[in-house]
Amino acid sequence: MNKKLLGALSLVLILSLISGCTAKTTGNQDNGDTIKVGVNYELSGDVATYGQSLSDGVLLAIEEINKNGGVFGKQIQPIKVDNKSEDTESANVSTRLATRDKVVALLGPATSGNTKAAIPAATQNKIPLVSASATADDVTVDSNGNVREYIFKTCFSDSFQGVMMAEFALNDLNFKNAAILADSTSDYAKGLSKAFKETFTSQGGKILSEEAYQAKDTDFKAVLTSLKGLNPEVLFVPGYYEEVGLIVRQARELGLDVPILGADGYESPKLTEIAGKGVLNDVYYSSHYSPMDDAEEVVKFKEDFKARYGKEADAFNALGYDLGYFFKDALERAGEVNSEKLKDAFASTKDFKGVTGTVSIDENHNPVKSVTIIEMKDGVPTFLKKLDPK
Amino acid sequence: MEQLLQQLINGISLGSIYALIALGYTMVYGIINLINFAHGDIYMIGAYVGFALTTFLGLGFFPSLLISMLVCSILGMIIEKVAYKPIRNSTRIAALITAISVSLFLEYTMVYFVKPDTRTFPEVLQSKILTLFNGKIIIDLKNIYIILITILLMAGLQYVVHKTKVGKAMRAVSLDKNAAELMGVDVNKTISYTFAIGSSLAGAAGVLVGVYYNTINPLMGVVPGLKAFVAAVLGGIGIIPGAVFGGFFLGMTETLVSAYGGSVFKDAVAFSILIIVLLIKPNGLLGKTIKEKV
Repeated sequence: MNKKLLGALSLVLILSLISGCTAKTTGNQDNGDTIKVGVNYELSGDVATYGQSLSDGVLLAIEEINKNGGVFGKQIQPIKVDNKSEDTESANVSTRLATRDKVVALLGPATSGNTKAAIPAATQNKIPLVSASATADDVTVDSNGNVREYIFKTCFSDSFQGVMMAEFALNDLNFKNAAILADSTSDYAKGLSKAFKETFTSQGGKILSEEAYQAKDTDFKAVLTSLKGLNPEVLFVPGYYEEVGLIVRQARELGLDVPILGADGYESPKLTEIAGKGVLNDVYYSSHYSPMDDAEEVVKFKEDFKARYGKEADAFNALGYDLGYFFKDALERAGEVNSEKLKDAFASTKDFKGVTGTVSIDENHNPVKSVTIIEMKDGVPTFLKKLDPK
Repeated sequence: MEQLLQQLINGISLGSIYALIALGYTMVYGIINLINFAHGDIYMIGAYVGFALTTFLGLGFFPSLLISMLVCSILGMIIEKVAYKPIRNSTRIAALITAISVSLFLEYTMVYFVKPDTRTFPEVLQSKILTLFNGKIIIDLKNIYIILITILLMAGLQYVVHKTKVGKAMRAVSLDKNAAELMGVDVNKTISYTFAIGSSLAGAAGVLVGVYYNTINPLMGVVPGLKAFVAAVLGGIGIIPGAVFGGFFLGMTETLVSAYGGSVFKDAVAFSILIIVLLIKPNGLLGKTIKEKV
């Protein structure tokens, strides 16, 4: 009885599939009076604070560019969408931006997982995608080592942060025995702990134990108690602020007072809120940016940001802001609104000066830039030093 | 040795939370054979009520705990009246699907109203660290509070079930609903009471977790709800001491597995134990084998 309906439905499905295939063009080109650019971020969900910060930064940069006459005399029109911190949603909205809104480039998402979910949409539709914070190694390079043609990033990679933190532990803190407690459910934490371990052991350090937790866990006392029994000099905890806040708190409650090292996933005021001010000491993490930097462009950015949003800029705001100008820089060099030419312009970026450092894109579509080490003192992030890549 | 003792303390505090939530599962199952998947979400709402009371009204820990238990018991009764009562005589699969829908409804209604972000509970209980054996064992005063409150609530529940008229009615309904009704027991009222008591325990667990772990979010009930369900099944679903036993057993297992190098497989081990128990003793560790009446 329902066979007719079923047949009709499957016909519609097949037709839409076919049209989906034929819609593959050579990227998006000039389309009207404005330059449309997709801004795909985690505006709600687990990592909403990253996404919101980044999109605030991107939008500030675009507003400034538009105020100064835009690019080629055209205004940039950001199309802001929320991927809800979910992989499937990220893939959906990217496809929509590329095919329906015909954007010239995709900016975002924030996390590596959500960025990877958006890659097929960018690649199939030949639209360049640039993330300012997807630090996973395999965002720009696939598992076979081939560079993904349309994917770029303006932040350093996980492995690079892991390497730098291992060197920091060995050379600056002079520790030889470390333990790792990593989020086993995220690629981000896995990449970091692998790089940390390789660098730390190859330079004479020893990893006493490698333990794991899962995102959303709330009780870490068992694993922290057993780590305490091993007497490590330093603990490396790659992960995100929600769990790290609880880990720091519970570690200190259990009397595990060794320094805790991490990476840019710590970057959130929520870290202090969750861990509590009093216990958040001796925690170091690598970051992209420090507001203590007094370079001219950083000071200007901080003032502009405060004037626009009424709050202090954090690292993700700065990364987002740089991403906006990075896009403008490439677009101007591309010479026209054409996603294919824009892609080549991204790849050939040289010495782009942003607030998070000077960026040149290497052959793997990763930037070459320095990392900033932040130390938490009573819950307040303070600038410790800048580490240059070797 | 000290480490083992410390781990036992960790395990007991984790286990008491599971036990509190598991009690609600088991009570509801015992009385109407329904696995109330919304139970973990009532626990979440309990945490949010506690959060609102302590943060916005500045109430202390104990008043917040009691009000939150009250709110959850009312919510439990409403859920029963609105969602479960109309389908009480339908198939069990219908009831199960309804329970899952109620769970999702509560989760995403909360996401809509309170936003999905994690919130931090204010410090309503002063964290005071007690050390034993020259600092080798560390107990937070909060741990002791949690364990004591859990034991107190369980003892209270035991009293209600075994010494009061309501408790007698509950036991009668769980044994045979029709026969109980014929004997003059008000079945509807008894089921309402059961939901009220079970939900208030979940509410208490929510506030305790908020205070203990300091963070709450609208989806915080999913995993503990699942674990508590496992605890209830482990102990023998429908049996009150079984839920308590299952809760502590699960908390202890998880703690000891991560303590001895298995932090990666923590949950895998917990669920493997469940499968093994179900294979050997399908009625749970404390369950009695009941012969099917023909």
